[in-house]
Amino acid sequence: MNSRILAAVLLILLAALPFIAQATGQSALLSLASRILIYGMAATSLNFVLGYGGMVSFGHAAFFGIGGYVVGILYHHADTETLFWGFIPGTTQMLITLPAAILVSGAFAAAIGALSLRTGGVQFIMITLAFAQMLFFLFVSLKTYGGEDGIIVRRTNELPFLNTRDRAVMYWVVLAITVAFALGLRRLTKSSFGTVISGIRQNERRMAALGIPAYRYKLFAFILSGMGAGLAGALMVNVLRFASPDMMHWTKSGELMIMVILGGVGTLVGPFLGAAALLSLESVLASWSEHWPLAMGLILLVVVLGTRGGLMALVTRLTGGRK
Amino acid sequence: MTAILKIENLVKRFGGLVATDNVSLEVMPGEIHALIGPNGAGKSTLINQLCGELQPNEGAIHLAGRDITHLPVPARVDLGLGRTFQITSLLDEMTVRENIGMAVQVREGGNFRIWDALRKRRAIWDETDRLLAGGQLADRADVAVADLSHGEKKQLELLVAMAMQPRLLLLDEPMAGLGHLESQQMIGMLRDISKEAAILLVEHDMEAVFALADRISVLVYGRIIAQGSVDEIRNDPAVREAYLGAEDELC
Amino acid sequence: MILFLEQLLNGLQYGVMLFLLAAGLTLIFGIMGVINLAHGSLYMIGAYAGTLAAMQTGSFWLGVPVALIAAALTGLVMEAVVIRRLYARDHLDQVLATFGLILFFNQSIILLFGRQPMFTQLPDLFSGAVEVIPGLPYPSYRLFIIAVGLLVALGLYLIINRTRIGMLVRAGSTNREMVRALGVDIRLLYTLVFGLGALLAGLAGFLAGPVLAVQVGMGEQILLSTFVVVVIGGVGSIKGAFVAGISLGVIDTMLRAFLPGMLRQVMAGPEADALGVGISSMGIYLLMALVLLVRPKGLFMAGS
Repeated sequence: MNSRILAAVLLILLAALPFIAQATGQSALLSLASRILIYGMAATSLNFVLGYGGMVSFGHAAFFGIGGYVVGILYHHADTETLFWGFIPGTTQMLITLPAAILVSGAFAAAIGALSLRTGGVQFIMITLAFAQMLFFLFVSLKTYGGEDGIIVRRTNELPFLNTRDRAVMYWVVLAITVAFALGLRRLTKSSFGTVISGIRQNERRMAALGIPAYRYKLFAFILSGMGAGLAGALMVNVLRFASPDMMHWTKSGELMIMVILGGVGTLVGPFLGAAALLSLESVLASWSEHWPLAMGLILLVVVLGTRGGLMALVTRLTGGRK
Repeated sequence: MTAILKIENLVKRFGGLVATDNVSLEVMPGEIHALIGPNGAGKSTLINQLCGELQPNEGAIHLAGRDITHLPVPARVDLGLGRTFQITSLLDEMTVRENIGMAVQVREGGNFRIWDALRKRRAIWDETDRLLAGGQLADRADVAVADLSHGEKKQLELLVAMAMQPRLLLLDEPMAGLGHLESQQMIGMLRDISKEAAILLVEHDMEAVFALADRISVLVYGRIIAQGSVDEIRNDPAVREAYLGAEDELC
Repeated sequence: MILFLEQLLNGLQYGVMLFLLAAGLTLIFGIMGVINLAHGSLYMIGAYAGTLAAMQTGSFWLGVPVALIAAALTGLVMEAVVIRRLYARDHLDQVLATFGLILFFNQSIILLFGRQPMFTQLPDLFSGAVEVIPGLPYPSYRLFIIAVGLLVALGLYLIINRTRIGMLVRAGSTNREMVRALGVDIRLLYTLVFGLGALLAGLAGFLAGPVLAVQVGMGEQILLSTFVVVVIGGVGSIKGAFVAGISLGVIDTMLRAFLPGMLRQVMAGPEADALGVGISSMGIYLLMALVLLVRPKGLFMAGS
């Protein structure tokens, strides 16, 4: 019950954040919080394949970027009143762009996963990285969509009855989606499928002997995870009003992995903690010195070498060992 | 009566080494067929071909009349093949109950459901508890597998296999590493199980084999040198020859 | 034809660089099971140390030992302080810890030498060009790089196949547990292999100096390509690293040289150029995906 109270307090604090930011004059706080929530979602999606499914994907930024580009490209065609592939009109309606982003990134995850999952171990890490790099270079070379400069999205996607151009409103939208996302994921991990996926991670040979062909289950998990990352990317473009190939750069995939590890592999809240830790650390260190990556590198080393289970294990220990 | 398992002229080569040399054998419904042989005779290689982890070079395997020679592991399971592992292979992070529950769940289906709550699928847990009830593991149901003793893991392997309701069970040395008392318990369990599934029993423990088997095949250097009832095998000169130096082990 | 031959030589030179890096990486990978993202940092450190020494002394050749020593020393310290703790960890921890090392090394270099790229002076001996075939003068320095790379390949081949260390290395990349069980001083073997890998990376970095700019981030640029080489060649296989390195070097160079031109025949100039560059950058990754789909363990899996 302890953790429920904690969650409720945290939620109220998060919901009240726009007022707190306004009262304290810290407007940057709001954008930091939005980014934490969104990266948290992307990292949680990665964590589903990585922590629950045991698949170390080093190319998850690809789906994050694809989701973002769906929003960007649809905006571009709405803005220029042209058609995508000659028949798809653009749109700036969030009720269309978000589902579209989820579906398209899911389709990419299906294709990439179907091929990548034929390998395992180091080869899987590298082939997912390779596919992400291919997409990165593909978007760099697409001059129509800005090449390496990307697409500037001048207007945030619209929602009925809400003024999403108000940063506070957009923050609340992100928060609401994040909460729904987290609850959905929690349900997923406790579902029949979630249990099978966890079984495959623990012992694939045993699961085969029970009659489970691992490949299609892993692929399904990979697709779900890609969809989650795509949703996060679509929201990110709405918040930053900008989609660029950098969203799928391999270092971005690395950052998502760092968030997962930092927070705690195979835990629900961990990746959010990891995202919060990494992004706030980044902004704190960056305000101290332009050489902040030096400290970041050292901190990363200490965390990986010195701790087991990430921040989530720390929280569990502090709150009395209850999972 | 047709055989539940029929192996015809199976051959498996590793480079120049013939690990399975033209092996044929049958397991009839309701039967415990034991496969014995000295170390390195190729028993594990044969088991791995039967369950689908290894592909034979020649020959055919039929399960209840269907050719399963080239089917992958899970497809064979669907046709009613269950197995236990010589070195126990379980889901270590889960409890005894969850391990059995997983086997029941996989059999029941619905494994792609992402929006249900597994805990609330009553049919699964009722059946799991029925399987556990009265057994040695009944009061260890909520212990994580990693914390079980070796003997308990062996028993759990068997329970998991039973939860799959197989038509044929491949048991890879279920007695290995068990103490005397545990062995006796295991023999009792196997005898109960044989009422529900045919068994191909690979075992080193001759006492157990002679106590349980209806028929015995003797595998030496990948080849079956004798096949018959307990008494026939006990008195077969070729078998005695193969076990020379370990003769006392036979009786 | 002349142009084609020139690009072929360029590709060969790039391929040799890839091999120098991939040889060490594939051994570290195969024998210790460690994914070392910071291998590119050793390349960078070799380049900086060697170039600085060459600039101070005015002699290119003095840069060589300095680059080798600096990279090897850094490598040994890296192994003792960080990598050694990663042997028993999973790939995820290895990726992240060595990712941390990249951040650390890159920023340290910026702190020490700034972001301005440096260029190494060509040695007098190789400052000119050689007429490879009539009508094709080719920079002799690039030929020198190719020669060094081939010599290293030959040397590695002899070490691996003719010496006791080489035997252990081969055994180690086939079956790690077995070497451990043989009672070999595995720690010493690991240190040697890591040191050797660092040495080769440092050499590659310094040699690259006069051709490319010596700057922060140069390690990561080539690192990903090196990983592609290692994976395509098969983890742990020097032969694989050689074959894959040379092939990728040539393919990548050819694509970059000729693809935009070919595309320009079917579409408008700027778009063709952009797309050509994009697709050529994708080329090696596409190749890796194809190879892995046919041979999930790479071309020359050690021990298979």
